[in-house]
Amino acid sequence: MSTVTQRKGAAFSAPFFIGFACLFVIPLLYAVYQSLFTMRSSGLGIGPRQEVFTGFGNFARGLSDSTFWAAVARVSAFAVVQIPVMLALSLAMALLLDSVTKRVAHRYRLAFLVPYMIPGIVAALMWMYIYSPRLGPLTDLTGIDFFASELVWVSMGNLLTWVGAGFNMLIVYGALQAVPREIFEAARMDGASELRIALSIKIPYVRSALVLTGMLSIIHTLQIFNEPLLFRNVVPEVVTKDFTPIMMIYYEAFDSNDYNYAAALSIILAVIVGVISMLFYRVTNRAQ
Amino acid sequence: MSAVASVRTLDGLPVGATQSRTSQALVLGGLGLFALYSIAPVWWLIVSATKSQSDMLYTNGLWFGEFNLVRNLEQVFTYGDGIFVRWVLNSFLYAGGGAAVCTLISLAAGYSLSRFTFRGRGTGLALVIGSFLIPSAMLTMPLYLLFAKLGLVDTVWAVLLPAFISPFSVYLAKVYVDGAVPPELLEAARVDGAGELRIFFQIVTRLMKTGAATVFLLAFVGNWNGFYLPLTMLRGEDKWPLSLGLYAWNLQRTEAETDLTALVLTGSLLAIIPLAVFMIAMRRYWQSGVTLGSLK
Repeated sequence: MSTVTQRKGAAFSAPFFIGFACLFVIPLLYAVYQSLFTMRSSGLGIGPRQEVFTGFGNFARGLSDSTFWAAVARVSAFAVVQIPVMLALSLAMALLLDSVTKRVAHRYRLAFLVPYMIPGIVAALMWMYIYSPRLGPLTDLTGIDFFASELVWVSMGNLLTWVGAGFNMLIVYGALQAVPREIFEAARMDGASELRIALSIKIPYVRSALVLTGMLSIIHTLQIFNEPLLFRNVVPEVVTKDFTPIMMIYYEAFDSNDYNYAAALSIILAVIVGVISMLFYRVTNRAQ
Repeated sequence: MSAVASVRTLDGLPVGATQSRTSQALVLGGLGLFALYSIAPVWWLIVSATKSQSDMLYTNGLWFGEFNLVRNLEQVFTYGDGIFVRWVLNSFLYAGGGAAVCTLISLAAGYSLSRFTFRGRGTGLALVIGSFLIPSAMLTMPLYLLFAKLGLVDTVWAVLLPAFISPFSVYLAKVYVDGAVPPELLEAARVDGAGELRIFFQIVTRLMKTGAATVFLLAFVGNWNGFYLPLTMLRGEDKWPLSLGLYAWNLQRTEAETDLTALVLTGSLLAIIPLAVFMIAMRRYWQSGVTLGSLK
């Protein structure tokens, strides 16, 4: 191809990369710039508030802010429990689907994907009502108060698992379908049980799919916002303003009007998520 | 599996169906339980949307009471001067308009990254793949600060513009172009004297119908589900999408003079319908898209 053609070809990606620069790169750079300033009241605190240059002051404040790190630790601890449970359910769904005929499997697969078709905020709202002791059926059935402070994480975990299990199942099941069928036949001929085949052949084959779903889930969990926000509407004394990192950033910006600090926290959080995803990827790939 | 079912092993069982009765029952039982878990909450929502306020409190949540759906619907569509209809239209604008532009931009970029070898292509592709890892919620505050500076906050553009640019869509489009657009065909068209724009709009887009549908669908679903971005950007309720409107109703539920519970639940059910219909009708596309995404 001629250089002219190549240049024309490059032009097709121009709209995307211009948009990318404007909506990804510039906002991030601008956030870094904004976080170098702080709003200060001049003099005795009665004059108009002014933006003053404070260098990396906001970053230093963020790095030593125990409330922020508590929020990060809270969602991390939550992720460590909820994600393996959800992925185990997704894997179980996929393995069960893989052991019945295609026709039956397709019918159940659609059923498992029903939660994926519900808009996130609607799913959260719906569960709020189902958990509600006054309106929902669950408290009548079990006598449990799902908004009790020690149960809030369990209730939230169930909500996220319900929302995410079907989608993750789809990825794992897709990977499972790509395994050459002859392997199973050979194992069956050798007298391996279905359970044995699932554990020793199928699960190792879908490893990379599990790593992928694990990574997507970690990224998702570190930035949860909708679900805790709705829980906060019901039990504000348990789910505080700084319950999760994104909630803290949101309230710093729109409640405390400290946009500069919110910008610094966003950058710190983006770096944390990047590092955790990388580590997860490294560790799971090395173990292979 | 049915093809091998007729082959018998030594002990008389068909190959591929060596499970015992008990294990088959266990498999079906497991499938049934998972299906129940996935569907029961939605069933509860459907049932509740047909109930009056008092039936919701005093009748079994999993079965119908007096059928009150029409009255609930009437309330949803008339409350607050019919603001709900406005929210539905806004949601379609943000989800549909955003996804349509995003699809066009992504197809062009995917085509460019797949079928040309210009300088900077490698870097561009690395940028696309690398930015999968940037979660949208983390970009929202930086975007807000920039949009506030530009005076875009509380305009429809604050929600629409970010919907136009999606690295994942570009990656997906590139994978589809790799598979669906033969380079020989493009060369032949060039030899025949077709211009590059014409090749893209008349040949590439036609070959890419499946890919485009997948990209559009996934972008549409993502936008329809959006909540944090509109919550941050939009103040006036006339610009809200459905997700934000329902959230606001839920907040006012107990403060308003009329209890809004029935409104929230019926509205939620209505918010599901377009998405569910759309996804079931096009499930061939998004199922392939999700699997493709997992291959990266």
